[in-house]
Amino acid sequence: MAKMTLEELRKLRDSKKTDLRKREADGKEIQVIVGMGTCGIAAGAKASLDAFLTALDEKKLADGVLVRQTGCMGLCHSEPTVEVVVPGMPTVIYGKVDAAIAREIVEKHLIGRSLLENLILDRPAADIIGGN
Amino acid sequence: MHFSLCDLAADIAQNAAESGASVLEADIAETDTEFRFAIADDGKGMTESQLERAKDPFHTDGKKHPGRKVGLGVPFLIQTAAQSGGGWDIRSRPGIGTTVEASFDLGNIDAPPVGDVPGLLRTILLFEGPAEMVLRRSYNGTRGRTAYEVRKTELVEALGGLEYAGDLVLLDTYLRSLEEDDEETDET
Repeated sequence: MAKMTLEELRKLRDSKKTDLRKREADGKEIQVIVGMGTCGIAAGAKASLDAFLTALDEKKLADGVLVRQTGCMGLCHSEPTVEVVVPGMPTVIYGKVDAAIAREIVEKHLIGRSLLENLILDRPAADIIGGN
Repeated sequence: MHFSLCDLAADIAQNAAESGASVLEADIAETDTEFRFAIADDGKGMTESQLERAKDPFHTDGKKHPGRKVGLGVPFLIQTAAQSGGGWDIRSRPGIGTTVEASFDLGNIDAPPVGDVPGLLRTILLFEGPAEMVLRRSYNGTRGRTAYEVRKTELVEALGGLEYAGDLVLLDTYLRSLEEDDEETDET
């Protein structure tokens, strides 16, 4: 494969934009937010994000799920941490999300609409949301 | 400690992204014997005394994580360089910005592996903050030769955004294609 040009990238994007690509209104999308502070990076958050992208692509969900990076969520003891927002379900933060658990989150939480109870950390650390 | 040199560069780039910068520039240059990176932002910068304190792992400005007493990003860089015969330099001026440079001898037994360079570029592009990012990458060695530059604004325009997983899968495909040898591309 040769180097792609930006024009080729644009064409590839257009060819992938099928009728299936329905982008819902703001605030209604599924979001996967990966903690990428020093702690997250050191614990392998990039590999977890890679695994989310692969799994979402395999399950044909790539055009309906936002994947974002954020800084430290204050739960450095349980990195990599990932916040999962699914409309109609409680927003949860999962801890110790390696590549295998990332795939499990896609299958059970995003598709199966059930929480992975043993990995939930509930909310950011008190000093992150409370401010002291 | 970070597992790879790319993880180390990602951490430094995250600091730059969070500095209030409007432009982040990163240069990643690799040969078979050396890995160098330079990451520059035009964010809030640091005074000399702030910079001295940033090198202390038991210091943080306390704004992001009130009550915490550690800040490990820059100390990780210094430690990794010190243990593996690498070099580092941080230049910063308040209100002007910060530039962090580092170089690593890949022949040193204690140097971490390079890691995933196109993955590093994607990681940097996904950090929130700077409106523009200019990332330059070069490799010249036994695997061939490549040199390319990507800009966040151009990628956002071509992909329609960098938010959906689908955009990021295409971004990965694009960045990995740029890693191809320059010579082969010229022939086709």
